[in-house]
Amino acid sequence: MEKEKNTLIDKIWSFFASIKFAIIIFALIATTSIIGTILEQREDPAKNLQILSRLFNESLAPTLYDLFDKLGFFNMYRSWWFISLIVLFALNLIICSLDRLPKIWKLVKEPMSPLPAETLKKFLIHREFTIKNTPDNIKSFVSDTLKKSGFKCTEVKEDTGFQFFGQKWNYSRLGVYLTHMSILLILIGALIGIKLGFKGFMEVGEGTVTNTVISGDKVVTLDFLVKCENFETEFYGMSDMPKEYRSWLTIIKDGKEVVKKSITVNDPLTFEGITFYQSSYGIIPNSLGGGIFIINVVSKDGRTNLLNLRFGDSFQIPGTNLTGRIIDFSPALRYDERGNSFTYTNMMNNPAVLIDFTESGKHKFSGWIFKRHPESWQLPDGNRVEFYNYWGVEYTGLQVRKDPGVWLVYLGCILISIGLFTAFFLSHRRIWVKLIFENKNTKVIIGANTNKNRAAFERKIDMIVSTLSKNKEGAK
Amino acid sequence: MESPLLFGISTMAYFIAMMIYFIYLAFRNNPVGIIATSFTIVGFISQTFAIALRWKEFAELSGMGFLRSAPLTNLYESLTFFVWCLILGYLIIEFKFKNRSFGAFVTPIAGLVLAFIDLTGVTKEIQPLVPALKSNWLLAHVTMSFIAYAAFAISFSTGIMYLILNTEKRNEPAYIFWTLTLGLFAILILSMGIDLFTFKVKVRPEIFIKSYLFKTSFLHPSFTVNIISWIISFCIIFLIWKYGYIFKGILIKFGLSADMLDEITYKSIAIGFPIFTLGGLIFGAIWADQAWGVYWSWDPKETWSLITWFIYAFYIHSRFVRGWRGKKAAIVAVIGFMAVIFTYLGVNLLLSGLHSYGSQ
Repeated sequence: MEKEKNTLIDKIWSFFASIKFAIIIFALIATTSIIGTILEQREDPAKNLQILSRLFNESLAPTLYDLFDKLGFFNMYRSWWFISLIVLFALNLIICSLDRLPKIWKLVKEPMSPLPAETLKKFLIHREFTIKNTPDNIKSFVSDTLKKSGFKCTEVKEDTGFQFFGQKWNYSRLGVYLTHMSILLILIGALIGIKLGFKGFMEVGEGTVTNTVISGDKVVTLDFLVKCENFETEFYGMSDMPKEYRSWLTIIKDGKEVVKKSITVNDPLTFEGITFYQSSYGIIPNSLGGGIFIINVVSKDGRTNLLNLRFGDSFQIPGTNLTGRIIDFSPALRYDERGNSFTYTNMMNNPAVLIDFTESGKHKFSGWIFKRHPESWQLPDGNRVEFYNYWGVEYTGLQVRKDPGVWLVYLGCILISIGLFTAFFLSHRRIWVKLIFENKNTKVIIGANTNKNRAAFERKIDMIVSTLSKNKEGAK
Repeated sequence: MESPLLFGISTMAYFIAMMIYFIYLAFRNNPVGIIATSFTIVGFISQTFAIALRWKEFAELSGMGFLRSAPLTNLYESLTFFVWCLILGYLIIEFKFKNRSFGAFVTPIAGLVLAFIDLTGVTKEIQPLVPALKSNWLLAHVTMSFIAYAAFAISFSTGIMYLILNTEKRNEPAYIFWTLTLGLFAILILSMGIDLFTFKVKVRPEIFIKSYLFKTSFLHPSFTVNIISWIISFCIIFLIWKYGYIFKGILIKFGLSADMLDEITYKSIAIGFPIFTLGGLIFGAIWADQAWGVYWSWDPKETWSLITWFIYAFYIHSRFVRGWRGKKAAIVAVIGFMAVIFTYLGVNLLLSGLHSYGSQ
């Protein structure tokens, strides 16, 4: 019984609950979203002025910029009107569910009941045939066949015989609502994240600690310290193509080291609800000459000595009079065609150190030793200088995030998957089978319906019919 | 056997299949149809082997384990996989609906995409992965996105055919829409073809678009050439608009009914939509969350996926609104696939964003 919709509130309610309203919102969100993919979001105004003058006209660009700025186009996904669209979208989901769910729930909960033959004959899927046996003899076979096809049927005794009826995937009718509710969950999760969490960035130099996170124009202070023990870029073979960025982090809380973990791009570290992601790296300004060379000296007779040296330091090869001195360094050294060395980038792509060797004050030899080329470690006199690392000059850039709503988003994602798959791939199927005793035989009337994919269900029904009619005698 | 050779075999097989499908359409001779299908299957099998070989090569080269070495990491590999899904989808439809007419529409797309890869110099070399792509989500995210894209591609072609069959008058909006769509596609392919043949360059697609695209036609330094290009484009659209009924005649001859086309359009979207939601949007968000710490950042790729998602949500819901079934819905299905193309190619090639590594 539908209520008459007269009052204004009823009209507004039914408009908000309508699919028409939903598709209008879809269209609005889809079309307006395009703007933010063309104009740069939250960027330098100069960039957008350039885009605008390329798209329209040089003289028009400043005017348009002001107009678009007022409309929030340069930060449009956070503008009042876009957020209003999302709110309307959420309202539509809520009101549509409140409007329909109780009715659907009642339908789902409604028990099936036996139907008269005339009704079964009116069904879109309907079959009739005769089995040469009495209903009493074949009824367990019918019930078994139906069970094997996935229908656990209720059996009812009637004046003229029996009736079986059952259904499958009854609850699949709720898939649509599960999908809608999951979208709301995701939106709520996102809202919690925005309101109670933060997103920021921190730079930690090798060997240093920090607890400050830059989040937009705010500074967040963590109640623990993050230390970067080391940062390293691994490359593919001898190329400059990065294979992995790795930071060795230590969390220090109340003066104690509590967690140690090395993180890579797809493998972050989480501590007390705050997650640290490998995001960028670089050279600490004005530090390139001030790092520590980690060098392992191996003498001809196998004696080793692990050293931490600074630029200009000297060292001795154990058991010899040979003294090495670090006289030059390059973060990325390469030779040109004529064999001259040069630094090709100021990132630490191919660190090399120039060591000058003297024996009792007399110059012996000098040469570049590369971290990535172990063959350069061998000295002409059989000793070896292994260059492990140049430490203390790089920083790691960490994306820092606290998001107490993310679990709701994940839950919503799981539920929406279940919801969509039930809504699209499962269908609610109902079947009634009536056995009527007629001239010593059994007349079988089957009626069935489904809410989608009728053709597939009809094939299934035909299989049931052929199984039933093949076993005419009903013998098991 | 090497994978490039196998890819070559499948490209050839798809083109041969296309020609035989055309012959089949003209004479409606069953043995001819079976030959066409056989060629498609040969191409498909050879492509399957090619993808498997490349996967194996990559796994051996990178030493990253089988699951992380799926050959889906650059434009070349993903377009190849798209073709593979498309042909698979077509073969399923052919067996289910017992109708070969679509073959004549699908095999040229497959052949053209593979030829496009060959002509434009999309890198075919196996490239090492940048750190962000080293994730177990890569396989799930990319395969599911492309299965969905292939399903959407099918709904696009059946949607267009539905419009061709169901429009009567030349001043009807739906008629103007489909003739315009076909016209624009024809102009794009034609002008790109001229660019390719004139410059004969093999450069990366972004560079091609920046420095060569339309330089022989709309963006040619000479003003006269520009004007001529615009006039020719206008003529192409006008001719398709004027003689559009010929297409209708052909479709009727092929025994395609509007109901069947509508059903296939809906079913492929009904399959594509949940897969796209899960694989494209959700897995993408989870991956971004684990790699960058943001599950949603409104970068152009994400936003365009969402736009695509809303268009198909529109399609699915519009079926329940009176007056939206039929032609209007078919138009939405066609627009949906244009958004897919833009999400995949346009964003990578024209707009920037976190996903730009995909276009190497």
